[in-house]
Amino acid sequence: MDFFLEVLIGGLLAGVMYSMVAIGFVLIYKASGVFNFAQGSMVLFAALTFVSLLERGFPFWGAFAATLAAMLALAFAIERGVLRHLVNRPPITLFMATLGVSFIIEGLAQLLWGAQVHGLDLGIRDEPLEVSGILLSRFDLFAAGIAALLVLGLSLLFSRTRIGLSLRSVADDHLAALAVGIRLQRIWGVVWAVAGFVGLVAGLLWGARLGVQFSLSLVVLKALPVLIIGGFSSIGGAIVGGLIVGAGEKLAEVYVGPIIGDGLENWFPYVLALLFLLVRPAGLFGERAIERV
Amino acid sequence: MSVSRLSFRRLAGAVSLGLALASGAVHAAGEQYFPLQSYRVGPYAAGGTGFFGGFIDYMQLINTRDGGVNGVKLTWSECETEYVVEKGVECYERLKKGLNGAPAAATNPLSVGIAYATLDRSTADRIPLITINHGRTDSTDGSVFPYVFPLQLNPYSEVSAIVNYVGQREGGFEKLKGKKIVTLYHGSPYGKETIPILDILAKKYGFTVTHIEVPHPGTEQQSQWLNIRRIKPDWVILRGWGVMNPVALKTAAKTGFPVDHVIGNIWSNSEDDAAPAGDVAKGYISITTHPAGTDFPVLKDIEKHVLKAGKGNLQDPKRFGNVYYNLGVVNGILNVEAVRIAQAKFGKRPLTGEEVRWGFEHLNIDNKRLQELGAVGLVQNLKLSCADHEGGGAVRFQQWDGAHWKVISDWVQADRALLRPIIEKSAAAYAKEKGITPRNCAKES
Repeated sequence: MDFFLEVLIGGLLAGVMYSMVAIGFVLIYKASGVFNFAQGSMVLFAALTFVSLLERGFPFWGAFAATLAAMLALAFAIERGVLRHLVNRPPITLFMATLGVSFIIEGLAQLLWGAQVHGLDLGIRDEPLEVSGILLSRFDLFAAGIAALLVLGLSLLFSRTRIGLSLRSVADDHLAALAVGIRLQRIWGVVWAVAGFVGLVAGLLWGARLGVQFSLSLVVLKALPVLIIGGFSSIGGAIVGGLIVGAGEKLAEVYVGPIIGDGLENWFPYVLALLFLLVRPAGLFGERAIERV
Repeated sequence: MSVSRLSFRRLAGAVSLGLALASGAVHAAGEQYFPLQSYRVGPYAAGGTGFFGGFIDYMQLINTRDGGVNGVKLTWSECETEYVVEKGVECYERLKKGLNGAPAAATNPLSVGIAYATLDRSTADRIPLITINHGRTDSTDGSVFPYVFPLQLNPYSEVSAIVNYVGQREGGFEKLKGKKIVTLYHGSPYGKETIPILDILAKKYGFTVTHIEVPHPGTEQQSQWLNIRRIKPDWVILRGWGVMNPVALKTAAKTGFPVDHVIGNIWSNSEDDAAPAGDVAKGYISITTHPAGTDFPVLKDIEKHVLKAGKGNLQDPKRFGNVYYNLGVVNGILNVEAVRIAQAKFGKRPLTGEEVRWGFEHLNIDNKRLQELGAVGLVQNLKLSCADHEGGGAVRFQQWDGAHWKVISDWVQADRALLRPIIEKSAAAYAKEKGITPRNCAKES
């Protein structure tokens, strides 16, 4: 039983890490309907910039502030330079645009900071923590705490501020929001900036976990089933989806893997996602599209 | 250093590289050409930039210090593969014809996938395919694979040497009986290649082996390491690649497994594999055919004649002498030696791939030659032949101290006598499948 609980809890904590990336997708999709495939590259760019600045002698918070500024600049550049010109284009066009942006960011990041692999130490010793005979990862617990703070912060932003109110109205209905005087493009800029900040936080946590290297951009592949399950427009859904994916893939690897063969951790989340798609196409917390016919 | 200055320097570097390539094309005739299917961007760029940086710097050293190989200057051009097989094949086709009359000596893609994809083409085009420390194990049998050279170490030798080392650490092979070994392998043909040989070795020595797969790219290994904790192995052999390696070390520590009982293979042995894991990687052991470091005379020469002259290929000079860089230097030494040996037979002129192949097949790097090359301790003794395209089969073991690798063993030889019949059987099956008539090595000179 202890082993089962260890696998389950380890999976849930890993799932929180997937949620960190998924939240960046949700923010942009919610406000603008764009599925931003470049979110993974933004995570890579943030981590690479941060660690490169640290290695050049910047203090931790100095590097954090400078990287945040770089992420905000990048987010605004994407919004202004690419997506603003594609307003009212079909979703597939916007998706392809972000796919292109993703490759450009990856290329630029390596051109600017080089291709070498970097270690990133956030000062959290990742020694096992034993609770009632169950080993838990200190780092994963720390990451879960950060994720909780992030979700709390975003919830407050959305529910307690004027900008949050505007964001929610834009998310509900672009045209109605425009009609009441909300500056749509300003809101999109803010959302991209917040997504850049989320990318930075995710980049630091994933970078500390994997090392800062090109593969960071691949964590986006872990976020996709999370979004399908949780729904593309719900931050809470991203968290719940992450927990389901994390726990599901770990339990499947340990208990189903020996029966049908190892290595199913990569594709099992997509099996779960497809099952959810069949039963609940909008995901657990996604908004169902209602159209007049 | 500001971001803009850094960016400008890189752009300037790219422009100068373009100019250098263009100027290389102008005076390439009469030279020996090395087509480089390199990868400097993408997920494996850290390995590619180090390896090709070391390879190019060594060729630059030969040109600058010695005026080429017996007066024949070396030239090269790069084609970016991003480690993608299709691009690797495209680059092969683009570069194989040589450069402005300078014939191609050999290809060195440093990629299992690209090597497999260009194996038949290399044989048809009569250009040696060098897969140093990797590639198909059965290509060791040169009677079936005349143009393929898994120099120094093939995958079977690699795991055999690791088991021999574990035997030493346990106090003798008889002590292996009843021990438990887990192999944590990358979910790819590369990762799976050594499963059969480990099963044979387990049977021979009486230990149990459990093979656990990590799906590519290996960013999540919690469940695998929890399984390992349940198995309670004495040793874990790590056959990783890229990000899988630091994640394995971090997750080992996270689940309470001692990393000084994890032994990394040849693609889990660089600074880029251990350093990103931070302090928890201290004590991690891996094999090496070529230690890191800059104290070797050949490295001193590169520093003096190439780096200080501003001709170094590395973007980041701090990587000079690291594991991937030194592998590139070793690869350069072996390629240049093959050309030198072939020149002794065919004449001091640019050689065809077929002639260079003869040179590879007659490589004989003994202690005297290593001394002359300034590579004692960097390269192992190698003697190749028609039947044996590997030549060495020995490794040393190194341990990560948190910042550097320290060599902790003498050369440990693989059990090549045990492996040879398995290699020959596999090569014979390949020959039958492809309709190849094996060469009679007894008649080869």
